[in-house]
Amino acid sequence: MIPIEQYGTFETAWCPGCGNISINKALKKALSILDLPPHKVLICSGIGQAAKSPHYLRCNCFNGLHGRSLPPAQGAALANTEVTVFAESGDGCSYGEGGNHFLAAMRRNVTMSYLVHDNQVYGLTKGQASPTTAQGQATKFQPWGTPSMPFNPVAVAVTMDVPFVARAYAAEVDHLADIIVQAARHPGFALVDILQPCVSFNKVNTYAWYKERCYKLGQDHDPSDWQQAMHKAQEFGDRIPIGVIYKGSRQPYEQRIVSSVRRPLATSKPDMAALADILEGYA
Amino acid sequence: MPDTCVNIVIGGEAGQGLVTVGDFLAKALVRAGYEIVVTQDYLSRIRGGHNTYAIRVSHEQVHGPRESIDLLVALDAQTVLMHRSDLTGRAMVLADESIDRLGHPGLSIPFKALCPKPMFENIAALGVLARMLCLDRKWFEDLIAETFHKKGDEIVSANLKVFAEALAWAETQQAGFSCMPAPERTEKRLFLHGNDAIALGALAAGANFCSYYPMTPSSSVASTLIEHAQRMGMLVEQAEDEIAAINMALGASYAGARVVVPTSGGGFALMVEGISLAGMTETPVVVVLAQRPGPATGLPTRTEQGDLNLVLYAGHGDFPRAVFAPGTPEQCFEMTYRAMDQAEKWQSPVFVLTDQYLADSYRAVTPFDLSALPPVSAPDLTTDKPAGYERYAVTESGVSPRLVPGFGEHLVVLDSDEHTPDGHITEDLDVRVRMVDKRMRKGLGLKEDVLPPIFTGDDAPDLLLACWGSTFGPALETAQVLRQQGKKTAVLHFGQVYPLNPDQFLPLLASAGRTVMVEGNYSCQLAALIRQETGYVFGATVSRYDGLPVTARHILRQLEKAN
Repeated sequence: MIPIEQYGTFETAWCPGCGNISINKALKKALSILDLPPHKVLICSGIGQAAKSPHYLRCNCFNGLHGRSLPPAQGAALANTEVTVFAESGDGCSYGEGGNHFLAAMRRNVTMSYLVHDNQVYGLTKGQASPTTAQGQATKFQPWGTPSMPFNPVAVAVTMDVPFVARAYAAEVDHLADIIVQAARHPGFALVDILQPCVSFNKVNTYAWYKERCYKLGQDHDPSDWQQAMHKAQEFGDRIPIGVIYKGSRQPYEQRIVSSVRRPLATSKPDMAALADILEGYA
Repeated sequence: MPDTCVNIVIGGEAGQGLVTVGDFLAKALVRAGYEIVVTQDYLSRIRGGHNTYAIRVSHEQVHGPRESIDLLVALDAQTVLMHRSDLTGRAMVLADESIDRLGHPGLSIPFKALCPKPMFENIAALGVLARMLCLDRKWFEDLIAETFHKKGDEIVSANLKVFAEALAWAETQQAGFSCMPAPERTEKRLFLHGNDAIALGALAAGANFCSYYPMTPSSSVASTLIEHAQRMGMLVEQAEDEIAAINMALGASYAGARVVVPTSGGGFALMVEGISLAGMTETPVVVVLAQRPGPATGLPTRTEQGDLNLVLYAGHGDFPRAVFAPGTPEQCFEMTYRAMDQAEKWQSPVFVLTDQYLADSYRAVTPFDLSALPPVSAPDLTTDKPAGYERYAVTESGVSPRLVPGFGEHLVVLDSDEHTPDGHITEDLDVRVRMVDKRMRKGLGLKEDVLPPIFTGDDAPDLLLACWGSTFGPALETAQVLRQQGKKTAVLHFGQVYPLNPDQFLPLLASAGRTVMVEGNYSCQLAALIRQETGYVFGATVSRYDGLPVTARHILRQLEKAN
């Protein structure tokens, strides 16, 4: 195990009590358990409070654009399979602005883990409804209640047979760390939807609200059973299951591409003899 | 105009196989030693409509397309109707016997009698064309054998038989089309279009990652890369949209891949935020933009040079960039190769601007000398850099050492926010100023590296035709015509349109009696850029924006009007 101190300590721009702080703690713990030195970790993020996370952790970091954590993460993961790749961002970035990338990433199934900080509200832009805000929930910008129904990322991922689908809760740090470890070890695309209170802008989904509802999935849940998984994925109300919802075994993308690709791509040089031969073919 | 060339136009509906006939004939002509310029004009549909495949051929250099037709191969009756006014005095119309040639000389081909099945009609047409153009049958027979080889000997011999019978039939006809002068060359040339050459240039420079979203007329860059992906170890991914394509490429580039992203104007419009991200994070990327007429969906399958302003100004904020605009397939190869180098060397987005005309235009291309290519810049794969590595270390050139994540204990931190030298978010406004200055200093390097425009023709000319990109050939032909009329004429072709180095061209412009900028767009975007950057105003401009390529005839007519 790599000592947690190696991932550094940073002063953050987050509010005291923000769920991001405990998610950051859990991620460091998971990396330590995974025995990944900081330079073997590559985290891509989008824009939002959650997307600042990789700045508060010693790692290779690509803090890109809003909604775009997944495309560079997949690009980097395809270019170098020797680093462990995460994409990390909030619910607005991941399920709103980046919705199409989420759909495509589930289909593509590149080996990487997607850690979504899901606080059901926009924090950085100060409190608008997000794609996961409950229908009817009032915000400063939706004073008559959020008109649209919330997106259920976990159910969509199970539907798409994403090989690893989990729901976690930020305040359960050890439990979350264990899920991240499992996600990183599982071949293919892994989604970890992390429920997280926003102490400044979400007055509904508070620590007390989650504490009352979240329960850990036990031995009686078989994540390899798709029907059971779908059932658990739909459960979001008075009771919210946390843990590994679904585990599948779809073949990862990187095993289905052109066999001659030499990775890391950074070390691959063009075969000029082969190219000369290709040019001959145009004669 | 020089009349040693023959302009062959094959017309018909989409799905009738005119591209098959065209490609076959054009390739046979290249193998036989002729020079060609292919122009493909098609509609945005899979079946029906009216499409043409034009091959201008000569034993001498040909520079661009031409409107008048010497041999019209009409696969349907509409082709005769639509193109009869373009037929030259010596023109022949080749058509099925059921098609009315409307009194024009030519041949009525008994396709039904010559072909056991309708699928052989293309090969029969080639037999007739081989006779009309006095081409050695072996060029066609070799191509037939190569093309149908995979389908088995039976298919090969069936096609050879149809070809032979059509040729024999044509020999019995008194068509009276004079043979072209035979070419003298014997050395091998490549049969390539602009997009092939772009893909090959990228591969030669080590491109090993391409993410794209399909869009005419850029898609053949991706398809050429895909064709060679297995042999060249390239990873090509069709992204969910253009936003993903550019961001995925940036992630791969960050991780050390050499990336190229082909698109067209509308797709590029979606990539603009990614270009800004490349500028901010100083991540190398080459974007190939194959232009078609806009705005919006515009004319999806036609040509224009209307996106220069788009690539010049794409992306919010200030950051350096370079824009190449090749004029020939040779330049497509060389400039894409150079673009890959420049993107890495200056850690900036670099563009290759082409257009539908050049993208689809096959030519006879002198084989590229791979051994003579200059070395290409590459990211630093050092593994022993100390922990204090800073991705954005402030340097005199503005270029910071670019290490690759995972290749040592260093950490590579990128941020789309303004950042400190070690890559982390900052709102320190002094750091902001230092970082902007650092990034913009790379622009000076890009400017030092800029390719000078090509000046060709008479010194101190009466008329100087300036142009960029695919308008090169038509400008050269125009100059040829005007010189024959006794007018001292020169051409100045900008193969790199940004940055501009005025020392490279202002003296040449000053040496000319009159200067005219020729562009395939409405507003003459390069002329405006030159005026903005140097204050120089061209004497006149020639523009074209009807979706068709600029031709010598078009330029000459516009010049007359401007006089």
